[in-house]
Amino acid sequence: MATVTQSPPPQPPPLMLARRAKPPRRLGRWTPYLLLLPGLLWLFVFFALPVIYQASTSVQTGSLEDGYEVTWHFATYWDALSAYWPQFVRSVLYAASATVLCLALGYPLAYLIAFRAGRWRNLIMILVIAPFFASFLIRTLAWKTILADSGPVVEILNTLHVLDVTSWLGWTAGDRVLATPLAVVCGLTYNFLPFMILPLYTSLERIDPRLHEAANDLYARPSTTFRRVTLPLSMPGVVSGTLLTFIPATGDYINADLLGSTDTRMIGNVIQTQFLRVLDYPTAAALSFILMAAILFAVTFYIRKSGTEDLL
Amino acid sequence: MTTFVNRLKRRLVVIAGLLTLAYLLLPVVVVAVFSFNKPKGRFNYEWQEFSTDAWKDPCGVSGLCGSLSLSLQIALWATLGATVLGTMIAFALVRYRFRARGVVNSLVFLPMAMPEVVMAASLLTLFLNMGVRLGFWTILIAHVMFCLSFVVVAVKARVMSMDPRLEQAAQDLYAGPVQTFLRVTLPIAAPGIAAGALLAFALSFDDFIITNFTSGSTVTFPMFVWGSAQRGTPVQINVVGTAMFVVAVLLVLVSMAVGNRRKRQKG
Repeated sequence: MATVTQSPPPQPPPLMLARRAKPPRRLGRWTPYLLLLPGLLWLFVFFALPVIYQASTSVQTGSLEDGYEVTWHFATYWDALSAYWPQFVRSVLYAASATVLCLALGYPLAYLIAFRAGRWRNLIMILVIAPFFASFLIRTLAWKTILADSGPVVEILNTLHVLDVTSWLGWTAGDRVLATPLAVVCGLTYNFLPFMILPLYTSLERIDPRLHEAANDLYARPSTTFRRVTLPLSMPGVVSGTLLTFIPATGDYINADLLGSTDTRMIGNVIQTQFLRVLDYPTAAALSFILMAAILFAVTFYIRKSGTEDLL
Repeated sequence: MTTFVNRLKRRLVVIAGLLTLAYLLLPVVVVAVFSFNKPKGRFNYEWQEFSTDAWKDPCGVSGLCGSLSLSLQIALWATLGATVLGTMIAFALVRYRFRARGVVNSLVFLPMAMPEVVMAASLLTLFLNMGVRLGFWTILIAHVMFCLSFVVVAVKARVMSMDPRLEQAAQDLYAGPVQTFLRVTLPIAAPGIAAGALLAFALSFDDFIITNFTSGSTVTFPMFVWGSAQRGTPVQINVVGTAMFVVAVLLVLVSMAVGNRRKRQKG
């Protein structure tokens, strides 16, 4: 006597569910492209196209008076590289030193803001960002005053015999700090320090403080906690901080110009002079292309190595 | 003695952090102090005697205030352009799945991953090839270009952390797409857009490298400072630098106070 009860007819899904399955707004499928079009057009015309133009300029020959023509003269690259390799090497060395210094100086401050500052957090944050707004050229010029010959800094370093050591290493010359590599690296470190501190702070701030408590409960010493918990979790900040410091520092020419001498010229100085004073466009274009390629290559390699590709 | 060493060890991070903060602020202090200097000769690098002359007459140097107002104009227009274009890109990237996302992402990312001098040089090559006259418009074009990516990143971060169910709720309450956007989406995204705009303004106002290449004979404020570093720096430059720092700190403090008050009213 099995009466087969008829199963109720399938009900239409409730309205809410139907809505949830769909994207939030029902606009045409062209919407994303319309949103992208103006901005991307701008970037294409004023960023991508210029790079292509520059590539073509770097293989041109001719003169300013008679005009340039594309002759596929790749020798410009070789000539530029053999003439200016010291500046390339110097740029990388200075930028790398500045990046390491930024990391060494920036990490404690980022750590302080993230974990120890308490109610001072906002104030310290403001003091880190606010110098940004006082023109950085003016602040770089202030280093001329700070590091001036026979100024307090130079005098202290002199009495402590630090300058003897740095002179021996070739970082300074005699009793001077200005117009030496040390001054340029100091300026670079100063100018790009906020770019290191902010990403470091962002990644440190995300760390759950309970992880520190847990490490403490498991009898980890503070140094062990730092090495095994804090540092690994802050790696995304370290990676983006070093990139944000290293890339602009390599191409910078302001610090080398204002605080350095002709012996501290970086590749940015060469590109600027070639473009704006010598007006040798093919060489300048080739140099800036080499710099771009080198940096893109290094960045890709670094990101692969550090394993945070989702960073971008 | 050991307790002292232990204490010092525990405070090491704090001490190192504060030393870094001092390193960051030292030049600002020097700039402020030397704005009250009365220099001998053309360069304001050595302390001579106290004077408030420069503060009384900040526009006393020819070209300084003109360059300042030009920089402000460029920064305002560049901020407007970059914020509108960047916000549109950010919304498209977060809210829609489409085929070219990878390409778009890298086109947006590349300007940030390239040294400024490279961008500046290539943009100059384009302008020279096209025979464009360098000046206000070329500077503005360049500034919108390099600020754009930073706006995209700032807005993207905010929109990504936004709960899409809020918009669904608005639609369930029969809000139209325009109403949903204006009354729900935009207010939530506003802090991100504001952060992007502020960043764009600061970057544009302070930019030297790209302006150096695209300005021709037009003189923005950073260009003026650069030129004066070669010819002799007037004290008025320190006055402007100090004033900008003070205004920035005050603006942030006021906005924080307003934010706190709102929070308290809501809570």
